[in-house]
Amino acid sequence: MSVQRHDWSLQRKGYIDQQRHKERVREAIRKNLGSIVSNESIILSDGKKTVRIPIRSLDEYRFRFDHRKKKHVGQGDGHSKVGDVIGRESQGRGPGRGAGAGDRPGVDYYEAEVEIDEIAKMVFDDLHLPYLEEKKKQAIRSRQIRFNEVRRTGILTNLDKRRTILENLKRMAQETGKARMGPIRKEDLRFRTWDEDIKYESNAVVLAMMDVSGSMGEFKKYIARSFYFWMVRFLRTKYDNVKIVFISHHTEAKEVTEEEFFTQGESGGTVVSSAYRLALDIIKERYHPADWNIYPFHFSDGDNYYSDNDEAVRLADKLIATCNLFGYGEIGEEEFTSYRRASGALLSIFEERLQNKDRFVGVRIDSKEDVYPALKAFFGKRGEWV
Amino acid sequence: MVSTTQHDHELQQLEAAIAQIWDKGIELGLDPYPINFEIVPATVMYEIGSYALPGRYSHWTFGKAYHKMKMMYDFGLSRIYEVVINTNPAYAFLLEGNSLIQNKMIIAHVMAHVDFFKNNVYFSHTNRNMLDVVATHAARIREYEFKYGQKTVEAFLDAVMSIQEHIDPDFFIRRKRSQDEEERSPSPPQRPRTPYDDLFELEELHAERERVNEDEMERREPPRPEKDLVYYIMEHSPVLEPWQRDVMGMIHEEMEYFIPQMQTKILNEGWASFWHSRIMRELDLSSEEFIEFADLHAHVVSPHRGSLNPYYIGYKILEDIERRWDHPTPEEQQRFGRRAGEGRQKLFEVRELENDISFLRNYLTRELVEELDLYIYQLRDEEEWVITDKTWEHVRDQLVADMTNFGFPYIEVLDGDYNRNRELYLRHRFEGAELDLEYAQKTMEYIYKMWGRDVHLETVLDGEPVVLHFDGDEHWED
Repeated sequence: MSVQRHDWSLQRKGYIDQQRHKERVREAIRKNLGSIVSNESIILSDGKKTVRIPIRSLDEYRFRFDHRKKKHVGQGDGHSKVGDVIGRESQGRGPGRGAGAGDRPGVDYYEAEVEIDEIAKMVFDDLHLPYLEEKKKQAIRSRQIRFNEVRRTGILTNLDKRRTILENLKRMAQETGKARMGPIRKEDLRFRTWDEDIKYESNAVVLAMMDVSGSMGEFKKYIARSFYFWMVRFLRTKYDNVKIVFISHHTEAKEVTEEEFFTQGESGGTVVSSAYRLALDIIKERYHPADWNIYPFHFSDGDNYYSDNDEAVRLADKLIATCNLFGYGEIGEEEFTSYRRASGALLSIFEERLQNKDRFVGVRIDSKEDVYPALKAFFGKRGEWV
Repeated sequence: MVSTTQHDHELQQLEAAIAQIWDKGIELGLDPYPINFEIVPATVMYEIGSYALPGRYSHWTFGKAYHKMKMMYDFGLSRIYEVVINTNPAYAFLLEGNSLIQNKMIIAHVMAHVDFFKNNVYFSHTNRNMLDVVATHAARIREYEFKYGQKTVEAFLDAVMSIQEHIDPDFFIRRKRSQDEEERSPSPPQRPRTPYDDLFELEELHAERERVNEDEMERREPPRPEKDLVYYIMEHSPVLEPWQRDVMGMIHEEMEYFIPQMQTKILNEGWASFWHSRIMRELDLSSEEFIEFADLHAHVVSPHRGSLNPYYIGYKILEDIERRWDHPTPEEQQRFGRRAGEGRQKLFEVRELENDISFLRNYLTRELVEELDLYIYQLRDEEEWVITDKTWEHVRDQLVADMTNFGFPYIEVLDGDYNRNRELYLRHRFEGAELDLEYAQKTMEYIYKMWGRDVHLETVLDGEPVVLHFDGDEHWED
């Protein structure tokens, strides 16, 4: 019989297989990005770093009993009676997980804890800002100031005290033979001073427009929201100098904050041209096309006032002329196919009547699964000017 | 990392405790293999716990289990105090940071486990050098990963592990028989003449008829339903490569080792809990130490609300056996000739001969079912879990049913040449509980990977007999 204590610090098998497991999780996510990008727990994550998402392919399948159909033995606290209810079946898990074929609620599946950044990385691997053109660079330099030099003259607020004392000590040692502080003279003073780095970057502005009219219901807004969620994340991670302008509209358009943009209530009818007019004004005032890459994106359900369609098309053409790429997403009814508005909807009008379709991307989104393809269509690797 | 004087002191204390507990256990009748104790940090503890044996092959499912256990520990939700390995000498791992009293209780607990491993009949064929065996398996699988690619090997392991529980627990008999058969050719058994010969003749007649049937259908393969899916597929699959058959053989061998543990969960844990409580009572503990122990013991053998704690059930039944054989009722004395004071002797008989099924069937009494407040519950109207039955025989029989085939559905190969096309026809021996359809279909996909031809599974769904089919692309049923 013996007791021992070994050095186990090199033992890493569990850790290594944990990595293998993690790799499986990642693979499963990559395969299911389409449904994951519109998952509520991510879109509504509200600043959280990690989310739990269900990953079915990581179950360890084997022959097992259907626990919902069989009898079980349990133990009570001494007073149980026939007829006592000891538990309730939870109905589904969280909102929105629609019932696919054979998808019974309460069947337990593996949920992985994943960092949103990690998912974002996979999503963005495929995305790019298209038509990123060489604009005049001096207009878009960024200044970086670095204190990296020391001089004998300067303003007093930039006095480098350590170096000044050091100089004083050196001088005193020279003069008196002893290294100790003496009265500070002008020649002891040292000042920090700076260099300016000038970086040249290409600059981009996104004009995010969304219809918040009465006909935009929960589902439609959710779709627009998931799309913009990824777009904003994408632009902010991939490029330093990206400005985003949020414009919401019904019959009138106004510029709003990011938060208002995503949380606003709905009301009124739809006049699309109002948003385009405001966008053109903003471009004119703040983002000259010579200096800025401009990306207007618009989400709507396509229910525009009939009389506004001509104006909308005219302004859309005008927008296209000034911008790199104009994206329009039309969101359909959930679980409805597109037959209802095949004719009257804005998307088909755009496709018919726009003068300049090269730089126009129109997509139709009918379900959550369409969000990812839409992202790919807008930010695909097409027509890049590298 | 290097051991300090504090560590040395701790080890000395522990060694003294081991010596004391060991002597006490032997005195009380325990008969274990020698045990090597080792103190390990949490990361190593959870690693051993998630692989079931240190040094086993690599697979992501172990990593998943490890991650889960480690997280539970980090959040303070659960804690493994010990892991004990069935080898000779045995190995026991103690978690770094256990208090001395915790360790004392664990040492006693572990000693009883090892006694059980050594003496219970279901363990009589387990390989006591299993650590070496799994280490060579791990090395061989690593070699295959190197040769055929990690992904390929992993995908194959996924498939094999989906049916790994479906082996024959009495496989050693078959192994022995095939060795014996090589030595002598079988002769027809001679039967002594008895008053029941007419019955036997009936049986022979029946067998004769079966044989004729068999001739008509030509030779069936397998001749009898085959319970050991892993072995059957390994031997007869038309598509497996040699390295794949080797991997299946390795998994089979490891499962042969683990199955006795799966068959004796309640009894083995009950036995260990029973003995740690007996031994600790006999040690000279200060009242503070005793309170700490009592608290810990209560934690281990407490009833779990709504579910079953195997430690608790096993412990209670063993205590009950000891009482009933120490102090038999007049009726028991008369009818069974039981004499007072045979409790200890009876307990050792139980630990030697029973597994969970026979243990529950023979010793879970009406009084115990009532005292433990056991009941049967099921899902009503798809929404509420309701207690539906408290009849003690039903509770006992349900428990026994849950233990049957270690809690897994009983699946067997009926035909390895189905449709005369070497398709695989499986049958689920339906005993009242239906299969989880989605899981069954996914498992059939795995079996298809190993068999390479259509897979069929006869079972019962929603009360109707049905055959599930999978042809490599699609599932259907009829």
